Order: sequence, then structure tokens, then C-alpha cells
Amino acid sequence: MTVWITDLWENVRVALDGLLVNKMRSMLTMLGVIIGVGAVIALLAVGEGAQAQITGQISSVGTNLLFVIPGAVQSGPGVQGALGSATTLTYDDALAVADPRNVPDAACVAPEYSRNTQVIFGDANVNGPVLGTTAAYQSAFELEVAQGRFIEDKDVDKRATVAVLGINVAQDLFGGFDPLGQEIKVALAGEGGGRISLTVVGVLEEKGGSMLGSADDTVFVPISTAQTKIFDGRNALGQLIVTRINVMAVGEDRSAAVQEQVEAVLAERHDIEEGEDPDFSVTDQADLLSMASEITGILTVFLGAIAGVSLLVGGIGIMNIMLVSVTERTREIGIRKAVGARKGDILTQFLIEAVVLSILGGALGILLGIGLAQLVDLTGVIGSIVTLESVVLSVGFSLAIGLFFGIYPANQAAGLKPIEALRYE
Amino acid sequence: MIEIEDITKVYQMGEVKAHALRGVSLRVDPGEWVAIMGPSGSGKSTLMHLVGCLDTPTSGVYRLDGVGVGAMEEDQLAAVRNRQIGFIFQSFNLLSRTSALKQVMLPMQYSRNGERIPPNEREGRARAALEMVGLGDRLDHHPSELSGGQQQRVVIARALVNNPVILIADEPTGNLDSESGSEVLDILRQLHQDQGITVLMVTHDEEIGAMAERVVRLRDGLIVEGAGQ
Repeated sequence: MTVWITDLWENVRVALDGLLVNKMRSMLTMLGVIIGVGAVIALLAVGEGAQAQITGQISSVGTNLLFVIPGAVQSGPGVQGALGSATTLTYDDALAVADPRNVPDAACVAPEYSRNTQVIFGDANVNGPVLGTTAAYQSAFELEVAQGRFIEDKDVDKRATVAVLGINVAQDLFGGFDPLGQEIKVALAGEGGGRISLTVVGVLEEKGGSMLGSADDTVFVPISTAQTKIFDGRNALGQLIVTRINVMAVGEDRSAAVQEQVEAVLAERHDIEEGEDPDFSVTDQADLLSMASEITGILTVFLGAIAGVSLLVGGIGIMNIMLVSVTERTREIGIRKAVGARKGDILTQFLIEAVVLSILGGALGILLGIGLAQLVDLTGVIGSIVTLESVVLSVGFSLAIGLFFGIYPANQAAGLKPIEALRYE
Repeated sequence: MIEIEDITKVYQMGEVKAHALRGVSLRVDPGEWVAIMGPSGSGKSTLMHLVGCLDTPTSGVYRLDGVGVGAMEEDQLAAVRNRQIGFIFQSFNLLSRTSALKQVMLPMQYSRNGERIPPNEREGRARAALEMVGLGDRLDHHPSELSGGQQQRVVIARALVNNPVILIADEPTGNLDSESGSEVLDILRQLHQDQGITVLMVTHDEEIGAMAERVVRLRDGLIVEGAGQ
């Protein structure tokens, strides 16, 4: 037993000597592993990060929210307007949805009428969404007020010319100044042009980005003001319309019931028969989440494919350097056998060389991958999450390639008679 | 003592069989200096490789100190090469990018099974072997930094470091100028005289052959002179 261990130790020293003697070859072999492992870890981390970011944004809105938007979601033959551009959802529809007799499981209902326009204060101006809504919006989206107050029901009743600013809008327009009480001007929609003055009554806390548009970039106004004073929020029949109705269910488990209740009341109001395509659609967070994870799933597969290619290229790099050095190494094996090395000694030496290179290269590759992932994180555009699976996968793969191409040629050469190995060209 | 009886060696070269040795018998006593001579292609190198256990015969019997070598496993042959035989090649066969000291330590790293040379003795022995061949000041030099004669002396030190009983030299001066060639031969002669080591040397230089106690001549795979008793 002790003899076996000292034999092994002998071969370990021989292998380490061999690696140090051929620094260039060792480096090149390791480079293949480093690049392969690093690329896989970094790319999969970015894919994972993007997925987490998107699902995080969606669920940050609150998982018991449902959105009613005008127009049908189902695609069919014929021309169809862009989602949300239809004018089929009226303010009265929103009131009907808000009626607890119709939708008993709704905790709150916030209709909105939202368009993009220019907002001006002094020399500064921003272009962004101006969103008319009611007081219920604040609790539906869990918005915190930093200064002043949010839109209140009396503002809606009076069509008050007041505005509540998202944090980014406030900063862009006012910089360090206190926006409260200031008059901002909003460019009017329509042919006449012109502007309307709004008094800032509140500024919101930072909410963070979201796929559904950020509250930070939005100017909130009473919905009645948006519909009648800023934009022309009426349909051909002269009814006030909304661009979306946000419905919060009393609990997450009730969102399916809310969806049914909303669909029932709107189908009745819109005279939609059983089996007919509705002219509105109700989506909930689960729908959005599954849609988003489908998209990011494709992204991860795509990045994974690129990563797989880099792993393959890295593997081919390892293979090349191992096979190219086989001539030189066959002579080396011949020399070693001539002075008394046994086949097992040769194999152990090459095995240890391959293991050391693969593990060292794998470790450096992990560092490189994590470094790259963190670099991506720093850009702030997209997050990255290094997963254990990607580390295990990439290191395992390069270990396998390194071992195979390190040992297979050596095994062939070690099987030769010493004189054949010495003469090998 | 080397005893070879009716050994043949056939190389299969594609369709053609090349008969390198056609039935050779040879006996070399301990402490002898034997030169093996003959024209190119006469089989003298093949004979050397068989004696040195670098290759195995197609048929025939080879006994080294009474032990049948033909029946040995590859690993046992490796032990024989390690302990009993030292090689000197025409083309040196040194490891590239490896210091002289490490080259000479190599055979000791493969010493096994009760004949292990303790690791802490190895460097000293390698140093002594290199000093004996006059390279005490070249321990850290790589082959590319040594002249041909110096490289061949590193090879001799490597061949001797495990105290073999037989030294096999395949045209040891073939790649050397006459001055370094005679230096190498002087070292071999001294070893032979002082330590009584058996020397088998392939050469086609008659002058070098004349230094030997016996000349064995081969032609076309057969011994034509000097086979011994």
C-alpha cells in the first residue's frame, strides 16, 4: 500500500515536472479550457439574469393584478388593430367593473387613460406617458408618495388641473428644485396644439423599472382631465373611453374568479354572445409571467447554444494541442520506457498532467466566467446570475475532453515497444 | 551473462516481410567488451535493441543471467531496462527542455519494488554521475545548451546512474566529431576497466572496433564471425 502511494507520488512529481518544462504547451492547453468554461458560465449567467430580471419586474407589480384592455388578443384572419389601440372600452365599462355587485372579488379597480405627450417646465421638457387615473391606482400599484399627495377622487370629479410626478420626471424637469405647487405645461393632443397648465401636487417615491412602463417616468393626472382637457378621450359615439382597466383581486387565489366576473359583466355590456370573440381581453400576472418566461427561455436556449459552441471550440483547442504534441511526446515516452518506465507510469503521468491542466484551466475559467458576468452586471443593462449547473456542466465537459485527449494518444504511445516509440516520426 | 540462441526478427512492412535477423546465436560473458560490426542493414542495431529489451524477438531464446527474457511481461522488461541495462544512443535521446541533472535522475524515478532509490539520494547520485563524465559544471544546462559530446556524456551518466551490469551503445560516436568521440570512448573504456561493466557497442568504425576484446560481425541477419562459445 505504501509502495503504491510512493509510486503515485513519484508519477505526480514527474507529471508536474513535465508541465513546468513545457510551459507554452501547458498554457495553450489550459487556454482552451479557460475560454470554454468562462464563456459558458458567463453566457448562461446572462441568460439566467435576464430571466430573473423579467420575471422579477412582472411580479413586482403584484401578482393579484388583472388588466382589461380593449381589442381582442386572439389573432385571426383579417386586419386587427394593435393591442390597446381599440376604443371599445368605455369609462362606463370601468364603472360597471368597479361595481361590487358585478365583480365582488375585486379589491379595487383603477381605470386609466394614457397617451404620450410633451411635458414642459421652463427650459426643461420631457416626452413620456401622461396617465389619467383615479385614486385607486395608488393602492393597485402600491405607489408611495414622497412629497404631497396622489390623485384624489375630488380631482377626478372636478377635472382638476393637477399632476403627480414620477421621480424621474420630477428630476428631469426640476433638478434640485421643489416641484410642489409649481405649474407645468402639457402639450395638448389634436390639430389645434396649445398647452395646458397643471399644478404639481405630489411626487412619487422611486418604484423601479417594469416591463409595463415605469411609474418613475410617468406624469399622473385625474382621468377626467386626461380624457377631456388634455386628450380627446371619446369614441365615435361620444362616450368617454379608457385605455386600460386595472383590477386588483382580493387575493391571489381569487384572480381567476375576478377574471370570470369581469369577462361576464363586459360581455353582457358589449352584447357578446357565447363563442363570439370579445372586443376586450383580460390578462393576469400568470399569463404575463408564462409569456415572459417563454421568451426568456428561448433567450437562455440561444445563449446556451452559443456557449455550447464555445465549449466545443475550446474542446477542439485542447484536442489539437494534445494531438499536435503527440510526435514529440511519443519520443518522450520512448525515452522514458527505455530507462525503465512501465506502461502504468506513463499513463499515470499523462493522466495527472491532463487532470492538473483541466482542473487548473477549469478553475481559471470559472473565475473568468464570474468576472465576465460581473462586468455585464456593472453595465446595468442586464443582470447576471452564475448558476451551479453552468459551472458543473462546463467544468465537467472540459474535464472529459481534457482527460480523453490527454490520455488517449498517450495510451496508444505507451502501448508501443520502446524502440517503436523512439523511432516515431 | 548474455545468452542468445537462434533468434530471428521479422519486420512486417506492409505486404513485405523484412528479415532483420535470420537465426543468431551469441554469448557474452560478464565484463566483456564486445564490438558488433557489419554493413548497414546487416541487423546489428536490431540485435542491440533485442539485447537491450527495447524490442522482442520473433522467435528464439534470450537469457539474461540465466533468466528467460522472452517470457517476460512488458512491465518486467521495463524493470530489466531500468536496473540491468544502460543505453547510449547515436541520437542521444535526451528529453528536450530538461536540465542535465533531471535527465540523469530519470532512471531513478522509475526504480521500483525493493530496488527503489530513496528520493533524497537521487540528486546526489545524479550529481556524482555527471561529475564522473566531466559535466559537474553543467548540471542545469538543457540539451540545446550542450555540445554533441556533452550531450552524449549526459546520456552516459544517465545510463550509469542505476549501476547497470550491461552498457549497450548503438554507434555512440556516430554523431560526434573525432575529438568528442574519443572523449566518450575514453569514458567507456575507463568504466569497463574500473567497474568491470559489460559493454556491447555497435560501430562501423574499424578503429573503434579494434578497442574491443572481441568483434562480432553480422551480414544479412547472420553472425559471420565472433559468436563466442
